[in-house]
Amino acid sequence: MTKINVRVDGVSYSDDVEPRTLLVHYLREQLGKVGTVVGCDTSNCGACTVDLDGLSVKSCTVLAVQADGCEVTTIEGIEGPGGALDPMQKAFHENHALQCGYCTPGMIMAARDLLRSNPNPTEDDIREGIEGNLCRCTGYQNIVRAVQAAAGSGA
Amino acid sequence: MIPAEFEYTRPATVGDAVSALTAAGEDAKVLAGGQSLIPVLRLRLAYPTTVVDVGRIDEMRGVRDEGDAIVIGAATTHHEVMRDPLVAEHAALLAQATGTVADPQVRHRGTFGGALAHADPAGDLGACALALGCEFVASGPGGERRIPATEFFVDYLTTALNPDEVLTSIRVPKLGAGWSSHYEKFNRVAQAWSIVAVAALVRRENGSIAEARVGLTNMGTTPLRASAVEQALAGADATEAAIGAAAEHAAEGTNAPSDLSGKADYREHLARVLTKRAVLSAAGS
Amino acid sequence: MTSVEDRPAAEIGQSRRRKEDRHLITGRTNWTDNITLPGMLHLAMLRSPLAHARITSVDTTEAKNRSGVIGVFTGQDFKDVQGSLPCAWAPDGLVNPGTPSIAVDQVNFAGEIVAVVAARSKYEAQDALEAIEIDYDPLPPVLGMEEAVKDGADLVHPGTSSNKIYTWEFESGAAGTGIPIQEALDTAEVTVQRRFIQQRLIPAFMEPRSTVVQPVGDGVTMWSATQIPHILRTLLAATLGLAEHKVRVIAPDVGGGFGGKIAVMPEEVLCTLVARALNKPVKWTESRSESLLSAHHGRDQIQDITITAKKDGTVTGLDVHLYADMGAYNRLFGPSVPVLGAFMYNAIYKFAAYRFVSEGVFTTKTPTDAYRGAGRPEATYAVERIMDELAQELGMDPLELRRKNWIKHEEFPFTTVAGLTYDSGNYEAATAKALELMGWEELKAERDRRRADKDPVQLGLGISTFTEMCGLAPSRILGSLAFGAGGWEHASVRMLATGKVEVVTGASPHGQGHETAFSQIVADKLGVAFDDVEILHGDTQSSPKGLDTYGSRSLAVGGAAIVKAADKVVEKARRIAAHLLEASEDDLEFDKGSFSVKGSPGSSVSMGEIAFATFLGHNLPDGIEPSLDADATYDPVNFSFPHGTHLCAVEVDTDTGFTKIRKYVCVDDVGKPINPLIIEGQVHGGLAQGIAQALYEEAVYDESGNLTTGTFVDYTLPSAADLPSFTTDRNETASTYNDLGVKGVGEAGTIASTPAVINAVVDALRPFGVNDIRMPATPERVWRAVHEASAGGGRAEGGTTAYGGASTTTSDGEGGFLQ
Repeated sequence: MTKINVRVDGVSYSDDVEPRTLLVHYLREQLGKVGTVVGCDTSNCGACTVDLDGLSVKSCTVLAVQADGCEVTTIEGIEGPGGALDPMQKAFHENHALQCGYCTPGMIMAARDLLRSNPNPTEDDIREGIEGNLCRCTGYQNIVRAVQAAAGSGA
Repeated sequence: MIPAEFEYTRPATVGDAVSALTAAGEDAKVLAGGQSLIPVLRLRLAYPTTVVDVGRIDEMRGVRDEGDAIVIGAATTHHEVMRDPLVAEHAALLAQATGTVADPQVRHRGTFGGALAHADPAGDLGACALALGCEFVASGPGGERRIPATEFFVDYLTTALNPDEVLTSIRVPKLGAGWSSHYEKFNRVAQAWSIVAVAALVRRENGSIAEARVGLTNMGTTPLRASAVEQALAGADATEAAIGAAAEHAAEGTNAPSDLSGKADYREHLARVLTKRAVLSAAGS
Repeated sequence: MTSVEDRPAAEIGQSRRRKEDRHLITGRTNWTDNITLPGMLHLAMLRSPLAHARITSVDTTEAKNRSGVIGVFTGQDFKDVQGSLPCAWAPDGLVNPGTPSIAVDQVNFAGEIVAVVAARSKYEAQDALEAIEIDYDPLPPVLGMEEAVKDGADLVHPGTSSNKIYTWEFESGAAGTGIPIQEALDTAEVTVQRRFIQQRLIPAFMEPRSTVVQPVGDGVTMWSATQIPHILRTLLAATLGLAEHKVRVIAPDVGGGFGGKIAVMPEEVLCTLVARALNKPVKWTESRSESLLSAHHGRDQIQDITITAKKDGTVTGLDVHLYADMGAYNRLFGPSVPVLGAFMYNAIYKFAAYRFVSEGVFTTKTPTDAYRGAGRPEATYAVERIMDELAQELGMDPLELRRKNWIKHEEFPFTTVAGLTYDSGNYEAATAKALELMGWEELKAERDRRRADKDPVQLGLGISTFTEMCGLAPSRILGSLAFGAGGWEHASVRMLATGKVEVVTGASPHGQGHETAFSQIVADKLGVAFDDVEILHGDTQSSPKGLDTYGSRSLAVGGAAIVKAADKVVEKARRIAAHLLEASEDDLEFDKGSFSVKGSPGSSVSMGEIAFATFLGHNLPDGIEPSLDADATYDPVNFSFPHGTHLCAVEVDTDTGFTKIRKYVCVDDVGKPINPLIIEGQVHGGLAQGIAQALYEEAVYDESGNLTTGTFVDYTLPSAADLPSFTTDRNETASTYNDLGVKGVGEAGTIASTPAVINAVVDALRPFGVNDIRMPATPERVWRAVHEASAGGGRAEGGTTAYGGASTTTSDGEGGFLQ
């Protein structure tokens, strides 16, 4: 077991973990942050995307021990005061950018990261910016629309 | 899937990392960003007894100018390499190729040295390192040594690094005036590895190609230099016809794999087509 | 009481944002894998690494001694209690050797379960799998369908005499729906024959399958990522000999299905057996590689298609022969999937003669079953491809050939050569709109120019004018086709004291937006606010009756049931309203949620007021029970027949073989729209899956019967960067078979798009002598097609491209890098 200290969605945790524990399993099973999900085992689908020290990562391809001393933000930590939706969450709802919703937490986290590095993306920028996130329901079109809307709203 | 159990250590210095590797023996693995290693562990394609995490070793991060070369710390992330001004100025090929690696999340974690040390011939950076004439700086119990790119890639997923050595940095010689570059990547879907890709560096002089270096991704068990193409390009006109004729040599001396994405003969064909495109683009023709 | 001012005049037809979204966009979800129960054990499945083998010995001793392991079970432990997984299609003569959940003495596909570990943690369960020792005596894999049905072929199942499972035939002469096919073949002026390959696909829902089972008394409660909680409850009970009323099945949030979660899964059976054996709650959640390997696959047919026509282009006959690969076992609906397409090959065209013959075949591959469209994508692909080939043969424009032969809008209702009666549609109107949106003539001119210029990037144009049958299904028809189930749907509408409404539906959503669309329907029917309607579903305790969600049935059948239940509520309310208003029922009119006396505008009573009065029960008419609640079980009288015109333009780089979709336009007729936004979303997603069949996806087996495409590295789902923006529009003709006029939209995009894309690719390659291309049209295949004037041939079967996996699995069974 290895001791780690992690701040997740604004709360500090200190835990013993097996070194092989994947960050996503630590989040889900030790912290109960089940909003972040696992969709594959080869780092393709991006369903598990969270922010690690301000950059999007696939939490199934990060060991919990690698997050020691870091700040993690999950889909459960991006709402504003009083449960106000993050502009990207709002844009996903308004633009029907989700159906089954399984890829949605990762997709929203990836899209937020994209706008942080490129606040005014073209459609191609968006499509390439979320290429690490697979969705099986939407054909991506409304996701692209949502990201465009969020960009337009200054998210 | 879930990795098998292993011991974990996170040294703070290169010296400690070497000590840890020496102590752990042959079944240790070096972890930097983990973007290749962790999937391998999850699929249980490898069972290391110890994982040595070099991701927090400060001296292995960042890009610095050392006069005739820029030196990229092995644990510098792809994300950092893509945005680094020194890389942009002196090794634009690397910035462009790095931007095609996987996807943003993977580039946030994955490291320059880690990708090279993984030595997957389908990875994008090996061909660039070959074309750029990089040197790989490794530290081991006997101290530091430099390995030329031509000797670094030994076989499929195999490098010249000894089990007790850590790749600490990569020296990228600065290109002189007149060089330009292009990385031409071809894959089936955006997030897939290259079926074939071509890294081209071209120095133009008076409308013709004075010198060219061409690296091939995924045309053998290691990244390769397309030497016959380079020879044919030296002194050639920077015209589509001349470049196309030179590119016809692209598959010579290669040993392309056959897999789901394509059989060897298709890859050989792609190598020719993509070499022509890469060189044309690099030459600005 | 409810306010009616702030809502639109009608909810139906509005692009309401979805009720379902809030918890999904904030991560407050209830996926099965999120469930943790006190004392819960984690299960891991050991799966056969061989496609076909006898199990000679099993040793679980070491695994049982591993840390955290509570139990290890093998086929020997469960052989007397596991029963056989059900197959809900049983025509006369179907060969069905039975389907074990866990192999007992033989494995018949790589991925079949051979042992189960129950441990305190997921990690310990996974670790213990490696300590189980099983010895196998390999048997020859059975891989190709045509080889499998030859005399003397190696048999998948030892007790059978052939790998052929069934032959199912329809012939228009015999059925009296047209002339005999032989007559059309004998008198044909033009005959075109082609073989098309429907490659094996994997549904690849994003949420991996997961099941939690809790023993409760002498029964169980099961949470499962399933499309079919109701069918599962009944069949799980039947399979294991449990009493149905002791089994409760809950489908919580379910992350997509696309047919892939229409199953009684072996893992569901095993979770139940282990939970009962250990008397502990258990959870099993698959990894993605486990999912790709063992969750059922789809498609995988060889289609031999013959079309006959007159020289003027009038089509006369269509003769269809299929081999359909069931994999190793007959799963829930697997063998019936081709038959779901049997009535659609004739599509929108007026054939005089038609024959359909399907032969089901066992192989040593993962079992196949429903995947989005199930039978109908195969039918549409075959007919839309052969129409293009016939056009080519005749020297006719493919669009003109279609126009000449399709059913004209004034000819509806039209009974086809397959015996179905299409109620409505307008192929001319949908096509005209699509052509205009596409800029068809300009693109044709560009294509011709590029062709003349021998441009290395060729443009190709493809058409698919499709129809499908959905709204599964009239129970009588299912019965006549030997299905072991009906096709009705159930609904209850419950008026609460405060005027809020609970609607219980037997449809079980997994991304479709049922809660939103059904709320819109109920809001209009009862005149209550959209937000005052709650849709309950997916739990056999709260929603005891239903036949679940597949076959684009939820709205056309489930929605229609809700309408019938809501109408009953209104009728009950009418009697109470009359009493409260002291008027005759006949003098009342019901509008926007209020009853009023005709001609007396001042006097009215709202549904909310009636609900409260009913709740109080103080002042009800004599003989009226104090309840407005009503149930309805609706059995449709016919299928519904959505249709549409899909147009695709591709740019094919003939130097590399890369295909890029330049433009995609579709105009679909799905009947009356309930929520246009949801319709659009369904079409987008359907298109992505149909395009993926055309260009990207294929489950590939190597020569020893191992799945090469075992991860998302090799089973290539398209990302946002691989797909274009689609132009979608609608044409509207109401279905006459249900009260809502709806037709269903869940599968349309998938069914229609695959042939549109491939017709476009073939069109681009015609100058190179190419008249077909195998799917997926990978760059390698396209390049080979161009250079060999062929269909591009097969792909390498071995050689994963993932993480050095090639060094562990190759087609020749030897380690090392494939040369």
